[in-house]
Amino acid sequence: MLTIEVNNRKIEAKSGEMLLDTLKRNGITVPTLCHMENLFPTGACRMCVVEVEGERALVPSCAYPVRDGMKVQTHSPRALRARKTIIELLLANHPDDCLYCVRSGHCDLQGLANELGVRERRYSGGKNEYHVDSSNPSIVRDPAKCILCGKCVRVCEEVQAVAAIDFVGRGSKTMVGTAFSEGLNVSSCINCGQCIMVCPTGALREQSYIKEVLNAIADPGKLVVVQHAPSVSVTLGEEFGLKPGADVDGMLVAALRRLGFDRVFDTSFSADLTIMEEASELAHRIRTGGKLPMMTSCSPGWIKFVEEFYPEMLDNLSTCKSPQQMMGAVIKSFFAEREGIAPDKIFSVAIMPCVAKKFEAGRPEHSRNGIPDIDAVLTTRELARVIRMRGMDLQSLTPEHADTPFGERSTAGKIFGASGGVMEAAIRTAYHLLTGDELPGLKVEAIRGFDGRKEAKLEINGTPIGVAVVSGLQNARQLLEEIRNGRDDIHFIEVMTCPGGCIAGGGQPLNANPDAIRARMQALYTIDRDEPVRTSHGNPSIQRLYTEFLGEPLGEKSHHLLHTHYAKREVMV
Amino acid sequence: MSTITGQAAVQPDLQDILDRYPDAGRDALIPLLQEVQEMHGYLSREAIARIGEHLHLPASKIYGVATFYNQFRFLPLGRYHIQVCRGTACHVKGSLGVLDAVRQDLGLEPGKTTRDGLFSLEVVACIGACGLAPVICINGEFHANLTPQKVRRILDELREEVENEE
Repeated sequence: MLTIEVNNRKIEAKSGEMLLDTLKRNGITVPTLCHMENLFPTGACRMCVVEVEGERALVPSCAYPVRDGMKVQTHSPRALRARKTIIELLLANHPDDCLYCVRSGHCDLQGLANELGVRERRYSGGKNEYHVDSSNPSIVRDPAKCILCGKCVRVCEEVQAVAAIDFVGRGSKTMVGTAFSEGLNVSSCINCGQCIMVCPTGALREQSYIKEVLNAIADPGKLVVVQHAPSVSVTLGEEFGLKPGADVDGMLVAALRRLGFDRVFDTSFSADLTIMEEASELAHRIRTGGKLPMMTSCSPGWIKFVEEFYPEMLDNLSTCKSPQQMMGAVIKSFFAEREGIAPDKIFSVAIMPCVAKKFEAGRPEHSRNGIPDIDAVLTTRELARVIRMRGMDLQSLTPEHADTPFGERSTAGKIFGASGGVMEAAIRTAYHLLTGDELPGLKVEAIRGFDGRKEAKLEINGTPIGVAVVSGLQNARQLLEEIRNGRDDIHFIEVMTCPGGCIAGGGQPLNANPDAIRARMQALYTIDRDEPVRTSHGNPSIQRLYTEFLGEPLGEKSHHLLHTHYAKREVMV
Repeated sequence: MSTITGQAAVQPDLQDILDRYPDAGRDALIPLLQEVQEMHGYLSREAIARIGEHLHLPASKIYGVATFYNQFRFLPLGRYHIQVCRGTACHVKGSLGVLDAVRQDLGLEPGKTTRDGLFSLEVVACIGACGLAPVICINGEFHANLTPQKVRRILDELREEVENEE
């Protein structure tokens, strides 16, 4: 332990850490624009500059290691003036269209300009002509609002191992772009939207489908159904001032009804359905010597990643559609038949924590007879916008239940929202399929929690089974490389594109800190602990769907409706 | 419109160059890009993809590095490759007007090639012929003491030359 003096008060620091980390832990806030937790500091933005006694110039605290006895002033007039000037310079060529910007209120640049008291345009810089890139079904890029902090570039390369974007050009003409400055839609972008989550401005945003959804609701000729993903109920509350991890499931259902959706379904139900198919597929592969390790297929960013970077491993992917697409398929088949309504009269909406789900919904494999199974995907953020637009107070709504036949879920389906949840749910059901008994305790502790890589060794019926859970595709890439190099003790792999799983997806509320994301995860496991139905095969509605319609897992109907295929993608990687 | 393309359609095999950089890392990127451009006249998509594979670098990164430097181009050279000098002496003698005249006449930005493949444009810092300022160089041949009018005439003559061939 070291002792340093900050703003004339002594605080403790850990040897080897950067000054910014010390300050943060001691509750001293120094603003940053380019800093990224757990990644090597670049010192690019200089917002975190502080005065250190004995140093001639201001130093960037993010990249300045602490020294015992050092004396620091974090908010001296000189430091504040420097920060303000940096913001003023960044604003010199900014469009200043906050009134029209979707990021307004969540924008770091706007927030800092306000905090530092920028009240006039002191510098006026030349502006480049930029095109908004709206080619991608998930993500929109507006280079005019970009401050070149580099966070999107780094998250894409260092966290997701995709590197679809980098700095292009030089000097005042520099911009963030793809190889050959092409549209994001034809790049290697996997649509995860982690770039949106780290962007300090409105330069990156989700492709919004709010208008399409509202138009469908207003159309008397359409039956508009909606499903909401497992993680949405534990994150939406943050948009309305509730503390992270608050579960607003019933109020969410009530809000969706008041918005005019004709039926409200729970994607956790189709997560249960996914487990029935996926666990059966795993058991089948193990019994018949099929391709192993089997890899989960719920996360559409991950699917595109395999199609681009590991096409030789496509057969390892489970053929199961994701819960969103399984729900979409049974809505426009079983439900449509049951209601006596033509599939093209149904408008099917999904509320997702994810922007890649927008891309997934548009994949041609996910439509039948030219009719897409899912018509529009809204993120948690977009739903919050619609609720606000309608002047609803989420907290004052009386909780309601989702609709039959797809409203009842087990908690196994609910924990899909956290990294490790799909695996745990699948193990519960696979254990049952292979032994006829229930997994003792219904819990696999080793694959819970926030680590990017988790592994466990199980024994089912005397057969050892190795499982691995990864989130963040850099972790996935490492594991795939191990397998490529001959590792063969893993039978089943869960991959979530976003670090921590869907609770930290690219469509979730912005500006969440690590504690908030932990609280979201905890909320899902609390639901799992406290409710009685904790296995997918124990969900009575699932059993009914198989009896009345599907027959059996991996049966012919399932094959047509619930399974899919993948293909190699030719993109510049 | 003529369909002449500046470079022959057949590209020499990149592999020869890559083979000279076995087990190379990212530090070999710039020399590799230079050699490939030397051979092809520009950096094609295919070339960048294959260099990326060879060095285990993403295409976006290579494109990012290549666009940082003036020397790299991403379109084949035109049949007439025009280098406009923007060095100090040329600037003083009015090379900006010469450059603007070329840009307007050809509808071409530096680094690009006309669609018919006839002309490509490059801005260079100084070609070491300050006594001839403002100077341009077309396919290695210098044209001295230019004005916007003179440079337009040169371009017209080149077009005529091509038309007469047909």
